[in-house]
Formats: sequence, structure tokens, C-alpha cells
Amino acid sequence: MSDEQPRKISRREMLKSAGLAGAAVAFPGTLAGTTPEKTALPVLGEGTARGARSAAAPPRALQTLTVAEFEILTAIVARIIPADELGPGAREAGAMYYIDRELGGALSGQKEAYQIGLAALDRYSRYSRGRPFVELSETEQDSVLIDCQGGSATNTGAGFAGSSGQFFNMIRSHTLQGTFSDPYYGGNQDFIGWDLLRYPGVRTGVSATDQARMEAQELPPNHRSAYER
Amino acid sequence: MARRLQETDVVIVGLGAVGGLATLPLVEAGLQVVGLEAGTWLSRHDFVPDEIRNNTRDWPMLVQKAYLERPTSRATAAQNANRVGGHPMMNAVGGTTWHYWAQAWRLNPWDFRVVSETTRRYGASRIPAGSTVEDWPFGYEELEPYYDRVERETGVSGQAGNVQGTIDPRGNPFEGPRRREFPMPPLRGTAFLEHMAESARSLGWKPFPGPASINSEAYDGRPGCVYHGFCNMGGCHVDAKSGPHVTTIPKALATGRLTVVTRAHATTIEVDGEGRVAGVNYLIGSNEYFQPARAVLIAGYTYENSRILLTSTSPAYPIGLSNNHGQVGRHYFSHHQAGGVGALFPFDLKSWYGLPAQGVAVDDFADDNFDHSDLNFIGGGNLWVMSDRRPISAAGVGSYGRISRNWGSEWKAFIRDNADRTSSSYIQKTTLPYETNFLDLDPAATDSLGMPVIRITGQFKENEVAIANYVMDRMEEWYGEAGAIEVTRGGAGMGAMGPSTHAYGGTRMGDNPETNVVDRWGFSHEAPNLGVLGASVMGTSGARNPTLTAQALAWRTAQHLAESWSSIVG
Repeated sequence: MSDEQPRKISRREMLKSAGLAGAAVAFPGTLAGTTPEKTALPVLGEGTARGARSAAAPPRALQTLTVAEFEILTAIVARIIPADELGPGAREAGAMYYIDRELGGALSGQKEAYQIGLAALDRYSRYSRGRPFVELSETEQDSVLIDCQGGSATNTGAGFAGSSGQFFNMIRSHTLQGTFSDPYYGGNQDFIGWDLLRYPGVRTGVSATDQARMEAQELPPNHRSAYER
Repeated sequence: MARRLQETDVVIVGLGAVGGLATLPLVEAGLQVVGLEAGTWLSRHDFVPDEIRNNTRDWPMLVQKAYLERPTSRATAAQNANRVGGHPMMNAVGGTTWHYWAQAWRLNPWDFRVVSETTRRYGASRIPAGSTVEDWPFGYEELEPYYDRVERETGVSGQAGNVQGTIDPRGNPFEGPRRREFPMPPLRGTAFLEHMAESARSLGWKPFPGPASINSEAYDGRPGCVYHGFCNMGGCHVDAKSGPHVTTIPKALATGRLTVVTRAHATTIEVDGEGRVAGVNYLIGSNEYFQPARAVLIAGYTYENSRILLTSTSPAYPIGLSNNHGQVGRHYFSHHQAGGVGALFPFDLKSWYGLPAQGVAVDDFADDNFDHSDLNFIGGGNLWVMSDRRPISAAGVGSYGRISRNWGSEWKAFIRDNADRTSSSYIQKTTLPYETNFLDLDPAATDSLGMPVIRITGQFKENEVAIANYVMDRMEEWYGEAGAIEVTRGGAGMGAMGPSTHAYGGTRMGDNPETNVVDRWGFSHEAPNLGVLGASVMGTSGARNPTLTAQALAWRTAQHLAESWSSIVG
């Protein structure tokens, strides 16, 4: 069972176990102009990262955003919930796929806000830090996002519609949704989000015995989608 | 031209918490009933443990008639009203009882006698200035048999605190006397809830498990609660939640005397030449129908009840049905929901699989259960700590000032440690009606048919704010006693009284037709064969959820209609 895997797993090991370290398998379409590392976007197939399921997942097509927009979005979600010594983060959970997919559905009203905001954030990064957002160091990326959240990137000519803080908070909110929602929606791959919170998972019923086991720290996480039959 | 249907005895507009309930006493008395419901049938299969669907996207409210009719609101008549936010009522056979919290409180005896009891104990000057509050036309003891009937008929779990005057310390010692125990024991506790109860006891308070319209064990052919954690806005996948769609409506249908018409969008009520109601106009899609009936019971939500009366004008009722005294829409109020208190604990609460009706209550500071002599308000609040947590909202919890940013590695470590360590109390407080708080038709905003929606003019007054500040202090004490390491409290603010799931008044019940729309039985003072069901008839809020009281009143009104049939329908 995947829940028997050690909690602490380095990002490199994780990508390696997913067969992704250094591999350019992200998604169909050209990535011309990007560096090889940037092509190693973590398209974590269904359960492969932690050995839960063996079948390799097909790469996922983008449904709403352009490749360039998606790269910026991916870099942002990776800073909102980073992969670190506590384990994988929002990128590994696939939160950016959740956002891309839902921008064509339930979140379609915010599609334009993403397109404008992602372009503005990248422009702000180039103006203020001299390089595109995806090429900044993590520390520099964080400083750009701090400017965004605090609103100081708003009136800089970067082109945010409304305040940069609104844009940041929207992405943060959707990153949380993508990381902690049922995997049915395209994020929370391998239950990364639920494991991070130590949420024991969706159950159709929780008996008094289950509750007692949870209170005794003895209830194993249930790694199932509510829509899994 | 509307198609005129065959006359029925009673038409009920709305088959939710109250209309769905009232079907049973009517058909059991042999009456033919047509129930008009704007929504559709749902089943337990429509409800999935899915936080995105149920909570993030509020699917029950966003796709329905109630959402398209959501009211506008403003604080005072000098302002323009805005239409902001959602309105978590839904349309379906069973209505909002599908996804509500299902706390099933009786009002306490004081709530029926606010004016006389306040005057007796503290003097008439303690009734807040500008309040239009009246005593109910009857006391708790009149409604007790109907509370009892609804608790048995639908299935309510809980711990009695007062059975025929004998106090049971396991229950609420402040409740009015019950004739007997609840039909089922309370929902089960958790280690954290027991810890909170113990902390309340060490403060000298009297904690107890709250009542719920949810089976705690198998009852009447339905299973007990399975505690999966998605009850809040979710609906029950095993039918343990005791809404009319699984209780009274199936029984009423089995008699053959109830006809349920779904997707029926009621528009106006017709009146005959003598000012009696004649039936209801409704639409299904673009097809118009007229359902004649000898009596009409309106059972929409509080806003819809006032609205359909105000839009049903006629020569007999030029400013709205049953509104010749100008009382429709008056005496409106909603629970003061601001002023929550949150806490961070240094240990996991193990709250992942709870539900908002599973909790521990303290009634020591509600109603007149404590001495108000030296206080600057009347009424109070019920303190409620529950077990209710899901992952997206748990990850979105505030950091209690412990970290500077709500993202990044430091935040990630915080939520990893603390996602299951926060508790948000729910404090329901007395809210009074005031002269300047009312409902009317918005002059501009309309629904999907172009009909005006309700405009709420209302704000919480000094009495409500003083209650909020007082009970938040008590809640902080409680969390502190329980070992919370951080406590936050909301503002007690005075803003506009926006749309609420605990909305009261507009068609108030009382003996005086100059100040009330319906009489002590729930029938119009002006149109004798028109009855009103719902919290819109309630003149006081209590410090607790309204649904069970609205249901007991609905049962009583329906039973009265059956028992007094010939005198009511003429």
C-alpha cells in the first residue's frame, strides 16, 4: 500500500520513482524555447509516483491554457505549496491540471483573469527581476509572489486587471482546491494533498470503531476517490 | 391562457421542510392535496462525499429557482439595496432539508413570552427601543404536542433535559418540559466533544448534546447516521437525515391522496369576489396552469412567502394578498450570525468525520437563563461546538497569527500540523424584530420571469451587538478552559442584514390583525382559507435553529385545517 511509503521523500527521488527525472514527457506539443529542466513538468501518472498503481498514465493534454501560461502557473503553484522536506507539494499533486481543466468548466468565468494575470505576472517578473518568472530562482519567485499578494505589483505597468493581490489570492484558492479536492477533479494526485493534512480519506461510513481507531492514531488513510467504484 | 385543472381540497406551495411535512396530517384526514414544488425529486444517489461539489461550488443553491430569486439587501431605507452573495436555500421535493445541518431545536418557553417575561422580571423599559416584538399568541405548552409529534413522525435524536418537569442533567436543563424522551438517543460523541463538555462543567456550566433531525440508530425503516463527514451542504447518501422527502411525503403518497407536481413555479394566488383564495397559478416551463383549491397553504421560504403575497394583487387586496393592514413583510429579522469564535488547540481534534449536528451545546447564556439585571441587553446566545471538517476548508484555515504568510514551506508545515487542530464555534443569538427592519418588493431587481424579488431592509441593533459581545466572551472562556492556545473572535458588526437561512417574519402570527398577518392557527386574518407555513410566521427567533419549530407550527396549522375544515373553507 502506498500509505506504507516513508513520509519523507525527496523531490528528486519522487520524480525518479515516477520515471520523470530529466525526462521530456510532459505533454503533446512543442516546448521549443524552454530549457530541458523546464520540460520535466511533473505529469504524475495515476498513482505511479508512489508505486500505488503500476500502469503508466497517458500524458495529460492542456484544455484551456497555452503551454507558456501553463508553465508559469505550474511554477506559481509549486511555490504556494512547495515540495520540500515535508514531502511533495501542489505541483506534484497536479494542482495546475485541476486549474487548467476547470477553467474550461466550472471556473470558466475566471479564464480571462488567468490569461491576463499570468501574462502580467511574467511581465512584472521581467521588468523587476530581469527574467521570465519560470527562469527565476525559487527565492526570486517567492519575492515576486510576495509583491503580487501584497499588491505592490498592481500599478507597475505590468497589466494586472484589478489588483495583483486579487490575482494571487485567486490562484492560491484554486491551488488549495486542486491539491486538497477529490482526485476526480484532476489534482491531489496520489492523495498527496490529503496525506499532507493527515486527512484519513473519504469513507462512505465511519463506525464508532473507526472513530476510536482514528483517535488512537491507528486508522490508515483510505486512498480512494469518492467516484472510484 | 392558463389551463384550469380539476379542483382539489388543498394546494400547498412548496414541498420543503414545512410544506412537505404538512402533507401528511392533511391526507391522513382524508383531504386531497396537490403539492407544487419548483424543484425536482432527488435521491440519496445525488449526494457524493465531494467537497468541491457540495461546499466549494454550493451546487444545491446555484442551479435553482431560489437562487434566481435571492433578495437584495440594505441596512436602512435611506440606502440603495444590493444583490450580493448567494442564498443557500434550494428547491427540491424535501427542499433545503436535503443539505441543511439538521439541528432540531425546540424554542425555550421564554421565547414565546419575551415581552411579558422581560416586563415581569426587569420592567417594560428593557424592551429595546423600536422593537415590534410581541408575545406569541400562545405559550410553549401549546406547541409541545406538535413538537413531540414531529420528533416522532420524522425521527429526531437527542438527550432530554426536562421530562414532565423532571430535570435530567445529561440534557438541557433550560428546555421546556417534554412529555417523554426523544425517540432516539443523541448522535454519538467524540473524544474532543467530551473534552469540551468536561471543560464546560468545570466552569460550572451545563453542557449537553444537541438535538438532530438525523437518525442516531435505525428508525422507521431508515438507517442511522454513518458519520462520513459530508453532511454539511451535502445531503445524506443513506437517508439518515429526516427530511420530508424520506419521511412524511412517501407516507402521504402511499394514501393516494397526495399529488406531487415538480418543476412547478408558482406565480400568484387567485382570489374570488369575496376575498377568499381560489387557487394557485403556476408555470411548468412556459406552460401556464391554474390549480383551483378550497384552501391554499403557502410554504415557501420566508422571502418567498412574503413575495407571493405581495405580487398577488387583486381588487380585494390592492397592495398584496392578506395585506390590507400593511403587515406583509413587517417584523422581519434573521439570526445575528456574525461574532463567531475560533480556537487553535495543541492537539489533534480528530474531527474529520463529524457533522455539524454532532456537537456539544451550552444554553446557560441563552434566552433569560441568566440574570440580565446588570446587563444592557435582553436575550442571549446558545454556544455550540461541533465536529465538522473537510480537507479544502481545513487547509484554508487561518494561521492565528503564528506565521506571516499563508503559502510556502512555513505555511505548509503549519497546516500539516494544525489542519485538525482548529475549532469554530457556532453561536446563535436572540434577534428581535424592529420597526425599521422589513421586507418589500425591490423596485428594480427581478427574477428569471421578470417578477420583482424581495428587498431586505434591515440591520442588527444595539441589543443584538451587546448579546454578541457578551456571548463571545463566554465562548472565549470555554475554549480557554479547554486548553486552546490561540483564540480569535469575529466582529459583532452592524452591517446590512443580508439573505439568511434563518430568516423570520413577514407574515407574523398573532391575535391582533393590526400587527399580524396570520391568526394563532396560521390562517390569514383577511383571507380565511389561506394558511401560511414556515418561520415567516414566527415572531421571535430564540437562540437556536428554526426548522423544528416551523415544522411543529406547520403540523398544527395543517391539523387545524383538517379539523376545522367546514368553518375554514366555508
